[in-house]
Amino acid sequence: MPAAAFGVYLHVPFCATRCGYCDFNTYTATELGGGGAQAEWATWAEAEVALAACTVGRREAETVFFGGGTPTLLPSADLVRALDAVRRELGLAADAEVTTEANPDSVTPESLAALREGGFTRVSFGMQSAVPHVLRVLERTHDPEGVARAVAWAREAGFAEVSLDLIYGTAGESLADWRRSLEAALACEPDHVSAYSLIVEGGTRLARQVRSGLVAAPEEDDLARKYELADELLTAAGLSWYEVSNWARTPAARCRHNELYWESADWWGIGPGAHSHLDGERWWNLKHPSAWAGRLAAGESPADGRETLTADDRHLERVMLELRHVSGLPLALAPPERVDAVVARGLAVRRDDRLVLTDRGRLLADAVVRELVA
Amino acid sequence: MTPPVSAAPAPGSTDPSIIRNFCIIAHIDHGKSTLADRMLQLTGVVDERAARAQYLDRMDIERERGITIKSQAVRMPWTVPDGNAEGAEPGQYVLNMIDTPGHVDFTYEVSRSLEACEAAVLLVDAAQGIEAQTLANLYLALGADLHVIPVLNKIDLPSAQPEKYAAELAGIIGCDVDDVLQVSAKTGFGVEALLNEIVTQTPAPVGDPDAPPRALIFDSVYDIYRGVVTYVRVVDGKLSHRDRIQMMSTGAVHEMLEVGVISPEPVKADHLGVGEVGYLITGVKDVRQSRVGDTVTSQHKGATEALGGYKHPVPMVFAGLFPIDGDDYPTLRDALDKLQLNDASLAYEPETSGALGFGFRCGFLGLLHMEITRDRLEREFGLELISTAPSVVYEVTMEDGTLHRVTNPSEYPTGKIAEVREPVVKATILAPSDFIGVIMELCQSKRGQLQGMDYLSEDRVEMRYVLPLAEIVFDFFDQLKSRTKGYASLDYEPIDDQAADLVKVDILLQGEPVDAFSAIVHRDSAYSYGVMLAGKLRELIPRQQFEVPIQAAIGARVIARETIRAIRKDVLAKCYGGDISRKRKLLEKQKEGKKRMKMVGRVEVPQEAFVAALSTTQPAEKSKK
Repeated sequence: MPAAAFGVYLHVPFCATRCGYCDFNTYTATELGGGGAQAEWATWAEAEVALAACTVGRREAETVFFGGGTPTLLPSADLVRALDAVRRELGLAADAEVTTEANPDSVTPESLAALREGGFTRVSFGMQSAVPHVLRVLERTHDPEGVARAVAWAREAGFAEVSLDLIYGTAGESLADWRRSLEAALACEPDHVSAYSLIVEGGTRLARQVRSGLVAAPEEDDLARKYELADELLTAAGLSWYEVSNWARTPAARCRHNELYWESADWWGIGPGAHSHLDGERWWNLKHPSAWAGRLAAGESPADGRETLTADDRHLERVMLELRHVSGLPLALAPPERVDAVVARGLAVRRDDRLVLTDRGRLLADAVVRELVA
Repeated sequence: MTPPVSAAPAPGSTDPSIIRNFCIIAHIDHGKSTLADRMLQLTGVVDERAARAQYLDRMDIERERGITIKSQAVRMPWTVPDGNAEGAEPGQYVLNMIDTPGHVDFTYEVSRSLEACEAAVLLVDAAQGIEAQTLANLYLALGADLHVIPVLNKIDLPSAQPEKYAAELAGIIGCDVDDVLQVSAKTGFGVEALLNEIVTQTPAPVGDPDAPPRALIFDSVYDIYRGVVTYVRVVDGKLSHRDRIQMMSTGAVHEMLEVGVISPEPVKADHLGVGEVGYLITGVKDVRQSRVGDTVTSQHKGATEALGGYKHPVPMVFAGLFPIDGDDYPTLRDALDKLQLNDASLAYEPETSGALGFGFRCGFLGLLHMEITRDRLEREFGLELISTAPSVVYEVTMEDGTLHRVTNPSEYPTGKIAEVREPVVKATILAPSDFIGVIMELCQSKRGQLQGMDYLSEDRVEMRYVLPLAEIVFDFFDQLKSRTKGYASLDYEPIDDQAADLVKVDILLQGEPVDAFSAIVHRDSAYSYGVMLAGKLRELIPRQQFEVPIQAAIGARVIARETIRAIRKDVLAKCYGGDISRKRKLLEKQKEGKKRMKMVGRVEVPQEAFVAALSTTQPAEKSKK
């Protein structure tokens, strides 16, 4: 059996400021003690890459993804150093996709050029919205004009693939506001767009504001309308959906790294709080940068917990992940009578030997999954 | 000083002239248990160290709710000292303190406890004054011809108003203000004097020692080791541990295994004589074979005439109890069987509901009885239950003359109805006079008829109403409490029935009637009931993949309608590497949750929706126990 595809994720847990809605593992202090400082990140990332190589040996990464936090808060040289470590210790496929997430505020023509030169192929900008009052509620600091500029710089630096992330459903965002954001994003001519409904995650400042009534909770019908608008405008502009929240101009422009997740492939997560998966075994690192660095300094695995997936777990994961993708779920993975019921209600269609969600079905994907695995 | 217990007169050979049988009538929290503890200590029955707080209350639920459900009797030796300030005859006495249940649902049991006494200590909180239930029990005591000894408790409290409430008590029982004793059960102040007063004021029991034995059962408790322990007051003759005894209401004969007194642990005796209070054990396993109010005699040369007043307990309030997990049905059945061993008034029979599955239709003496039973089932047997809205007994006469007795709205007959009759109660409400207006408004909205009103003191009033029991069991008490900021107290007693313009309101989900939500209500409140429940359900039932109309209907006529709009979005936005485990676990939880859904047609209704829709109390009030 050929080995599953393999990717590497690197988590850079630093941001200039923390946004109220964000529940990611990220820190705004530059000087965390015990090796957790921003300046030391690349050193410990290299150490963890070396540790990964001890386990999996040389295994060429088809994709590398720097996520955060804000990876571009670090000097490009640090990111390139970590990428070099991957290339050196694990190997990097000749046509590997190498992505970094970026804040439009935290890049310059020079920093982008340095990344491109170091082997990065793709940039994903956190645009979120083009509407100032929406960005304010999200506590995003960037100037909406900055997005187009950052995209242009990325093109100049030679990035063929540029993606924009958008968030809809923020309190006070009208349907017209959302249309404006979508149109502004499309004006940048991205190859790829991710559009996420705002999720009020427990433990965030936003969750507290919603609980105390300061901020209105996202309303499901409004989110549904905005999803439909996104799909309509993006499709009209030549981007097709390939996963519930992702649209790409061509199949080649899809985020290959994220597709590894949805294919239950293997990946190694480097960095504080990063998750990994190797053939049914999942583990996740200590979340705090200092704790993570401390383990690595002692030559130990920074893993904090792990789980071994049962056959049932793996089945459930396949159904919930593959159904979200445009290529759909192999029909063999769901009972025929349940498939019939879902198809009869117009939530999915059979395409060859796979079950693919319809437009309406995409908005009810979780309900379909529950029905197929019940 | 207290004499040693060993010097006390022996059970079975106590001269009735030194026996004093009394009870304490008090409202929850007015300090009855504390006073009883203090008496047990002063008489040397329980020493200070062994004195478990509130010795007389046994069950956890009683302790938590601060009420006594099951009464007991304690025998206390008491020596009145020479030259006591109360002027009591010095010497040795036997005091039997008979505890009474303190709640509205147990009126009959209270009346039997009172029947076993010659005097009642009326104990009232000097900071709060008398409450409706206490007043109701006081009237019962006066009706049973008991001597009443009025006592104000908690006079050590800074907020105590002894003059005001002494005047109130004197006004109610017709005594002199100076006759109202003042004690502090907490500090012990005045309790010794009270014991002496009990000796002085309580008439000694009178009975014929040579007549065939007759003893009144005033309580009956199931004990897992001993079987049923029956508490009796001997009126005539004597009951010996060698007798075979007979229950006069049924004629059933039992072997006597043991007689004795409680002091405060059981003490065996050869026999119990005239005026004595004690227990007997026969080996029966079910309190229904030893019913409160019945007369015990001997099988051989027994009495021919029972003591008066025996009544078979009649359930007044009915509700369906269903296990949330259908697999728990046998556990529920066993649990009810066990509870019935100790609760002769609990009635139940199997019931099947389209919406809730298999369960039991249970009959209770009243709302508190229902709540306590439910609490015990959940707590002692680990059951999770849904109870349907409480209902009363309706007598439905059809135009063709057939008669239906309806305890369950889903059994309400269809067809031409000539008349519906419902039980009514006599309700007594005590409250500060500021609340007269809101109470009248409430009672009027609940179809109450004012019977009379009296001022107990300058600013406290007693209001008497006739109200349909169905209104009381719905949410009357909660409403009364919230509208009077908790100051009003309520007591009620079933008195009669009346014809009323009642209709059955059905609730339909997507056109399917949900039996658990049907209710029999007055025609004038049918609309508001329908709107209220439909509105509640719209909030409680999660949106489905299709639109769900909720209708309230009388027969085929829809009186209210709400719609649960179809869900349009049920998908998580993000599902990347670090989200997968969390998302999978969430889906597994949702799958588990689906098992707790009840299907009504195609509509998935969570159990919680049934629980919340059927509860009449506000969630906030429910949570504080």
